[in-house]
Amino acid sequence: MKATGAYEAVFTGERRAALDRVLERYPTKRAALLPALWLVQEARGWIADEAMSEVAQLLSLTAAYVKGVVTFYTMYRQHPVGRHFIQVCTTSPCGVCGAEDVVRAVLEHTGCGDLGATSRDGRFTVIEVECLGACGFATPVLIDDDFIESVTPETVPALLRRYA
Amino acid sequence: MGFPHKPHDKETVVLSRYFGDPEAKTYDGWVKRGGYEALTKALSMQPAAVTEEVKESGLRGRGGAGFPCGFKWTFMPKEKKGPHYLCCNADESEPGTFKDREIMRWTPHALIEGCAIAMYAIQAEVCYIYIRGEFTEPIRIVQAALDEAYAKGVLGPNAMGSGKPLDMYIHRGAGAYICGEETALMNSIEGRRGNPRIKPPFPAQSGVFGKPTTINNVETLAAVPHIINRGAAWYKGLCLGNPKSTGTKLFSVCGNVRRPGNYEVTMGFPLGELINELCGGMPNGRTLKACIPGGSSVPILTKEETERCILDYEGCVASGTMLGSGGVIVFDDRADMVYQIMRLTKFYAHESCAQCTQCREGTAWTVRILERILAGEGAPPDLDLLLDLADNMTGKTICVLSDSCAAPVVSGIKKFREEFDAYISGAKAPALART
Repeated sequence: MKATGAYEAVFTGERRAALDRVLERYPTKRAALLPALWLVQEARGWIADEAMSEVAQLLSLTAAYVKGVVTFYTMYRQHPVGRHFIQVCTTSPCGVCGAEDVVRAVLEHTGCGDLGATSRDGRFTVIEVECLGACGFATPVLIDDDFIESVTPETVPALLRRYA
Repeated sequence: MGFPHKPHDKETVVLSRYFGDPEAKTYDGWVKRGGYEALTKALSMQPAAVTEEVKESGLRGRGGAGFPCGFKWTFMPKEKKGPHYLCCNADESEPGTFKDREIMRWTPHALIEGCAIAMYAIQAEVCYIYIRGEFTEPIRIVQAALDEAYAKGVLGPNAMGSGKPLDMYIHRGAGAYICGEETALMNSIEGRRGNPRIKPPFPAQSGVFGKPTTINNVETLAAVPHIINRGAAWYKGLCLGNPKSTGTKLFSVCGNVRRPGNYEVTMGFPLGELINELCGGMPNGRTLKACIPGGSSVPILTKEETERCILDYEGCVASGTMLGSGGVIVFDDRADMVYQIMRLTKFYAHESCAQCTQCREGTAWTVRILERILAGEGAPPDLDLLLDLADNMTGKTICVLSDSCAAPVVSGIKKFREEFDAYISGAKAPALART
């Protein structure tokens, strides 16, 4: 896919320099793909097809190859999301500790209604995720880059107030 | 110290000694606690002698497979013809397991030191620490510790004044359980989809970037400095059961227990004691129903089996399960085992990389059958179908993800069959809406 006129390149200035530093860590350009995709997502909040093309060009890969990698990893977002992205763990160990009630509370208090949907004010998007690796601190919730342990339905409203 | 609880008298605190101690996260704090003495000592030894010490200690891989660590290091070529790599597996994603996370967030320098010693032993100049993408806090903490280690000359072109380079980088995962499988992990470092590779070739011959590579788990590497400091004999002496299982092990206990968290005990410790004493048993007067002792991929134990199970590699096998990663998931008497098993299989269906048919189709099909049973639409042959499917998913694929999905199904049907039958006969009301 060709970059359209409206597309603004991600890798300019400091971000290009950051990618150059990443490239020094690996013997191949391809190996910089996951870090490059993280840089895109940090800059734009998600990874558009045009950004995949830009990354492909920089790393001498095809856009189709990059898309194949993006679609393999669940944390790379292929669509825009709300200002704050909320991931609630619902795998078995958290499930037996009431994770599904936490999901319901988060959906209610964000106004998202459905998993994957963005609230009308554009503030939140909520998804369920498989095991966040903090099972002893059920229920863990990842809001943007903040990892919050031991969330209960009761603590949800105060927690959400921290995210404007 | 201790986090989130003070250590219990019956714990043997080695790796977790500084959990909860914020000063231990810094380079100065770590050095004050004896940090980097083991690395200095290792650098004064021959690489083969370091490997021999670790081999002699009996340390086995803490990621799940339990492969002898020092023995693994001996597979690396003795004569170096090109780059060698170390990959640290910090992709901790096995449901029930959260020990590597605590090592990284409280004692990042213990991991760096362990990696540096391993690199010296296998003659690697570059180490990639593969941390799962969701671990935002451990990533920040390990990166800060790496920056300090570079600034202090522990790492860099002249590491510890040895005249040799040691470089260590974090490679952040992006949400894929399968990347904890060592060959998938290497593909992910190379910028590929995380599909496991067919072995052979084994990583020590052709690993990341086609070069000789060793992959070790965080907890394994964090134990190495202690072995170098205190000697193989000391480590080997930490053993309550079978002499083939030595040292301490972190057990992450979660689910329906009063005090969930990480507990470090000597190999051979009784599982029942861990749950009932150290973790305080079930809350609210509940009783134990079932337990998965080694992370979600190992067979389920009944209450009676749990109370008899010994926590070492051989003891778990004798109880019909595996020690795995040491993620202990506890279910109390309220647990609907059919629902819980369905939920576990859903995890594997979600995480299948989809390259092998038995796994791609088998995991999803297993979920559909279990959901059908839970919706009251199951038929008696469904259990045989599940077992037949599980048989076709075991030992037939490139990696063991599909075996891991089959394990709770087979053990669950065997041990909690009456719960399946109750849904199928209609004796129990459906737990899920009809499909």
